[in-house]
Amino acid sequence: MNVLNFAHAFFSDSAHWHGYDGIPTRFAEHIKYSLEALLIATAIGLPVGLFTGHTGRGGNALAFIATAGRALPSFGLLVLMFIWIGFGLLPVMIPLVVLAVPPILVTTYEAVRSVDPSPVDAARGMGMPEARVLLQVEVPVALPLILSGLRTAAIQIVSTATIAAYVSLGGLGRYIIDGLYQKNYEKVVGGATLVAGLALATLAVFWAASRITVSQGVRRSA
Amino acid sequence: MIRIDSVTKRYPDGTVAVDRLSLDIPDRAITVLVGPSGCGKTTTLRMINRMVEPSEGSILLDGRDIRQQPVNTLRRSMGYVIQNAGLFQHRTILDNIATVPRLLGWTKQRARARAAELMERVGLDSALAKRYPYQLSGGQQQRVGVARALAADPPVLLMDEPFSAVDPVVRKGLQDELLRIQDELGKTIVFVTHDIDEAIKLGTKVAVLRTGGRLAQFAPPAELLSAPADPFVEDFLGADRGIRRLSFFPSTGLELQTGPVVPIDADAGKLAARAATAPYLLVTDLDGRPLGWSEPDRLTAGAIDRERLLDHGRPFVPGTDSLRTALDGAVLSPTGWAVAVDGEGRAVGVVSQQVIGEAIRAAHGEVAEHADAKAGR
Repeated sequence: MNVLNFAHAFFSDSAHWHGYDGIPTRFAEHIKYSLEALLIATAIGLPVGLFTGHTGRGGNALAFIATAGRALPSFGLLVLMFIWIGFGLLPVMIPLVVLAVPPILVTTYEAVRSVDPSPVDAARGMGMPEARVLLQVEVPVALPLILSGLRTAAIQIVSTATIAAYVSLGGLGRYIIDGLYQKNYEKVVGGATLVAGLALATLAVFWAASRITVSQGVRRSA
Repeated sequence: MIRIDSVTKRYPDGTVAVDRLSLDIPDRAITVLVGPSGCGKTTTLRMINRMVEPSEGSILLDGRDIRQQPVNTLRRSMGYVIQNAGLFQHRTILDNIATVPRLLGWTKQRARARAAELMERVGLDSALAKRYPYQLSGGQQQRVGVARALAADPPVLLMDEPFSAVDPVVRKGLQDELLRIQDELGKTIVFVTHDIDEAIKLGTKVAVLRTGGRLAQFAPPAELLSAPADPFVEDFLGADRGIRRLSFFPSTGLELQTGPVVPIDADAGKLAARAATAPYLLVTDLDGRPLGWSEPDRLTAGAIDRERLLDHGRPFVPGTDSLRTALDGAVLSPTGWAVAVDGEGRAVGVVSQQVIGEAIRAAHGEVAEHADAKAGR
C-alpha cells in the first residue's frame, strides 16, 4: 500500500469525521493552538521589531536573541516545560512562541530599517510626529516584509503545533502520535496530510492579506 | 525675516559643520546657500526647521527664537523639499500633496481639494492625481515634492538640492517653474545647491560657504560675479564670470541698425542702396522673420539667392534678453553681427559686436559709478 492509499483509507472512513477524535474537532483544536501562539508571538515580536527598526538601535541584541531562539529545539523545550509546569496548554505555548518570535522580530526590524530614508526625512521635516512617521510612512512600505515574517512564523507554528499531542493535548498531532503508537499508518498519513493542508491554507491567507493591506504603490514599485 | 545669529554646529566627534555663521535671510526672496561638499550648507538649512539643533548661537524667525514654539508647529509652517522628492510611495499623488494640511487637521475633502489646486499651480496634469509615485518621472516627482511643500501655504520654503538628481533639460524646466511660482507667491525661500550656475540663476541673494562651514560671501549674484570677496569665491565662480555677469545687464540700450535689414523680394536698386550701409545684409522673409545674411558682392544678378545665405545665429529680444544673449548672438553669427527680433520673431534691427562691446563698457561704468557713490567717493 502506498501513501495515497493510506490517505484515501483515512479520509473515506466516516468514523474519522465526527466525535471528539473526529477531523473537525482536531482541526479546530489545531487552529486554536496555532492562532493563540501566533497572537502571543506577534504581541511580543511586532512592537519590539517596529520600535528597534524605527530607532535603529538594538540590532545586535536582536540578532543574538533570534539566533538563540532558533537554536532551541522545540521538542526539547516542550519536554522541559512539561516537567517543570506539568499538564496544560502553557508548556505547549512556550515552545511555539519561542519558535515564532525570532522570524517576526528580526524580519520586522529589518523591514522597517530598510525603508528608504528620504520619505522618512521628508515626513519629519514636514512636522509629522514620530509615531505617525512609524505607522503612516515606514510600516506601509515595510508591510510586505513584515507580513512575510508573520507568514514564516505562522507556518512554523502550524507544523510544530503537532507536538501538543505529546503532552496529551489535541490537535492534528493526535493522529500522527496515536497512529505511530498504534502502528496505524492510515492515521499517520491522514494527520500529516491535514497538517500540510493547513500550512498551505495559511500561505493562502497571508497571500490574500497582503493583497488587501499592501498599497498598490508599494507592491508595484518593489 | 530669518536671522541666523552666529550659529555653530559641532558634532560629538569634533567635526565642525557650521562655524559662527550669521546670515539675514530676506523675506519674499530666494536666498541660495552654495558651496562645495562639506561646507555645511545642508546642515544650515536643516537647522532652520530644527532637523539639526545648533551647538551655539540662535536662529530667529520674525524676531522670535525658533525654539520658542513646538518643533512640529515650526516645521508645519515651513515647506520642505528634498533631493529625491521623498514621496510616500504607498500614497497617491493627491494624498502625498495633502500631507501637511491633513497634519494640520483639515478634513480629507478640503485637503484633497487644496492638493488638486496645487497640482495645477506646479504644472502637473490632474490625470496624475490618482497615480502612485512609481508611475511618475523624476521631474514630475520633484514637482509633486514642491506642491507638497506648498500645500499648507507656508510663508517659508526650505529646499535642499531639490533639482540635482534630474537631467539638465528637466532641471532647467524646474528652475524656470520655481521662478514663475515665486513671482506669483512671493515665499521666503532658502535653497541649497552645489551648482553655482543654479545659485546665480535662482538667487536674489547668494551665500557662498567654504569647507568648514564658514561664510565666504553673501551678496546678490551680479555683485558676486563682479566683485568676488576672495580667491576662493573667484575660483568657485569659475572661469567665465565676466561673460556670465552680462546676464544681469539689459539689452535695452543697444542702438539697433535697421539699414541692413532687407526683405527677400527687394529689388536691385534697393539692395544696392542698402549695401552701402553695412558690409552684410540681413535678409528676411515677407513677414519680416530673419532668413540669413547675404554679402552684397555675392548677390546673383542683383537679386538675393536664398540658397546662399549665411546662418544668422540665435537672435535676441531687446529689453527681454540680456547683453549676454546679444553678445552670444553676435559671437555665433559668422558676420559678427547679432540679430534683434520682437516677441513674434520679426527682425527689428541688427547690432555689431563693436556696439555691444561699447554697451558692456558703459554698463560696467555705471556699476562702478554706482559703487563709488555708495562708498561715498
